[in-house]
Amino acid sequence: MGAVDQRDSALTPSFTPEHEALQSLVRRFAQEKIKPIAEQFDESGEFPLETIREMGRLGLMGIEVPEEYGGAGMDTLAYVLTMIEVAKADASHSTILSVNNSLYCHALMAFGTEEQKQQFLVPVASGEKIGAYSLTEPMSGSDAATMSSRAVLSDDGTHYVINGRKSWVTSGPVADVMILFTMTEPERGNKGITAFLIDASQPGLKRGKKEPKLGIRASATSEILYEDYRVPVANVLGKVGEGFRIAMQVLDAGRIGIASQALGIAEAAYEAALEYARIRRAFGSPIGQFQMIQQKIADMRTRIEASRQLIYHAVLAKARAKQTGGRYTTEASMAKLFASETAAFVTDEALQIHGGMGYSKELPLERYYRDARITRIYEGTSEIQRMVIARSELGLR
Amino acid sequence: MQIVTFTRSTPDTAARVEVGSDGKITWGGASTVVNPWDEYALEEAIVQAKNIGGKATVIAIGPEMHSEALKHSLAMGLDEAVRIEDPALDPVDGLSYAAAAAAAVNKLEDVKLVLFGKEAVDVGTDQHTVMIARKLGFPLLTSVSKILAIDTAAGTIQVERTLEGGKQVVTSSLPVVISVTKEINEPRYPSFIGIRKASKATIPVWSLADLGVSLPVRRTVVNAYSNLPPRSVEVEMIDGEPAVQAKLLVDRLLEEKVL
Ligand SMILES: Cc1cc2nc3c(=O)[nH]c(=O)nc-3n(C[C@H](O)[C@H](O)[C@H](O)COP(=O)(O)OP(=O)(O)OC[C@H]3O[C@@H](n4cnc5c(N)ncnc54)[C@H](O)[C@@H]3O)c2cc1C
Repeated sequence: MGAVDQRDSALTPSFTPEHEALQSLVRRFAQEKIKPIAEQFDESGEFPLETIREMGRLGLMGIEVPEEYGGAGMDTLAYVLTMIEVAKADASHSTILSVNNSLYCHALMAFGTEEQKQQFLVPVASGEKIGAYSLTEPMSGSDAATMSSRAVLSDDGTHYVINGRKSWVTSGPVADVMILFTMTEPERGNKGITAFLIDASQPGLKRGKKEPKLGIRASATSEILYEDYRVPVANVLGKVGEGFRIAMQVLDAGRIGIASQALGIAEAAYEAALEYARIRRAFGSPIGQFQMIQQKIADMRTRIEASRQLIYHAVLAKARAKQTGGRYTTEASMAKLFASETAAFVTDEALQIHGGMGYSKELPLERYYRDARITRIYEGTSEIQRMVIARSELGLR
Repeated sequence: MQIVTFTRSTPDTAARVEVGSDGKITWGGASTVVNPWDEYALEEAIVQAKNIGGKATVIAIGPEMHSEALKHSLAMGLDEAVRIEDPALDPVDGLSYAAAAAAAVNKLEDVKLVLFGKEAVDVGTDQHTVMIARKLGFPLLTSVSKILAIDTAAGTIQVERTLEGGKQVVTSSLPVVISVTKEINEPRYPSFIGIRKASKATIPVWSLADLGVSLPVRRTVVNAYSNLPPRSVEVEMIDGEPAVQAKLLVDRLLEEKVL
């Protein structure tokens, strides 16, 4: 705290030939298989099950999970590069990817027992099943500790009985398994939250209707209703009362993913705008000749690169934290804050550069604009990111 | 038993291929990809090797840059890769390529099938399949759009060939050289794990001495490439009311014999 940390200022994570091969594979897959269906799934709001399954087969659903647990055994840089390429083709696909990888699989890798990993991680990392992360409730979002769902230990101590309503569960309509955060000791506030591994096929779990949304429409989101849902004590992830810490720690990893998603959307919009500024003519010259358009291009490109550097900075901080057992909360929050605000800025300016055509559904600009909007809200709003960064800097709580 | 296929790295189709002032072809710093046509042969090699319970081997002839295509092949699921490099093969012409390729197939054991893609996107030649089949003394089946059956016990293969305006079913003895069309399959994308395994693989390099082959005497030498002269295009704007414009346009199209 205090002085600005300059340790990584001249470094980026090391790019191996393996990373390059992965990046070109994902780029090709995303451009050939995902991009052509993005518009149709945005329109229908259907969950793109077929491409998600194929992504599972390629190893994209458990990128950082070791091979022995069904994953691809790669690192965070590989995850970041994948998220950027997928988001560039379609943000919805990248949302599904991010929850599966950096929330669900990450939590199991960090806190799961061997039995839990076998049962709950292997099928999800290999893409056979889909995972979800469920913290938010209708009356509790940013302030997660005020949740009202409850898990009560049975008299014989063998299982918990869960009741309550969770909202905004990404992949909720299709998820096979979920990590659920709920209160076991309400009187303890934050410290009364416990994380559970939930098998969605068991009785007592009801999926609500799919939320109609502004953007990332193919990433299906719903409420999940628990009515006397029984979960064995063996399904407690981590320790009882440790849920809030798990939820927050997992979000550190998640935020690097959302930052990468935001960067991917921004890049897609920027590339379209650049092309358009070269070919669209007005007043006798390409619009790219006008200083006001040039300013937009320069600012877009600069913020995109700054976002990328903040993401790499967070990737390095995460790798270091893994060795020291520390956290990388501030780095992840800064990357997420800046990249998501950049995505909003860039998609807006890119749409503006396209004029009326930007507003038309004939081009994907309006979709980029709608899709970018979510990155400032989920996994902690921009306000919450600023709060997290400032609190950590100031040392005040 | 094994199935052998050949591949090479070619410039990305998005690359801007240019002829330099020295009469040589360049494609800037553009990345290379596995020759797109070969992907169908690679996919078929994987599928048919599994089908007959043999292994699938891929060979590239040429310098280090072709290792990329071999790594891609291994990542897709080919069992083994070999690269053939020799100063005498640089530059390589069709007949030398065929001589080296045939020698490599002969060096491998119990080859049943030699698969090729339709052509190479960079040089666009489709002559090596014919030459290789001739050198090996194997029958050649071109434009194969489906492998219907392989009977290793009887030593036969039945395929469907795409002809202009129709199909043909042919049975041949094994071993055989086959070139495949795009209709034969949908090539798989390599998986992350495949890529990781491939990037760790060391690919053996064979020289012409290893193959025990000497090259035929080169009778043709490419001296230089040049661009076609740029096409001169004239654009004429037709003014007036839509009905008048349409009439003028049709008249002009008839005049130019477009219609
Ligand atoms: C499409 C989508 C998918 C989602 N997926 C998931 C998921 O998979 N799992 C999951 O658990 N959740 C998910 N969420 C929920 C998401 O994380 C929350 O919506 C988000 O954390 C904000 O919570 P909230 O909606 O309750 O807003 P609130 O917390 O009610 O916030 C309302 C406003 O007040 C501001 N605010 C709140 N507190 C402060 C403060 N202290 N200082 C300043 N401003 C403040 C916020 O920034 C915001 O602008 C998803 C949401 C959406 C829209």
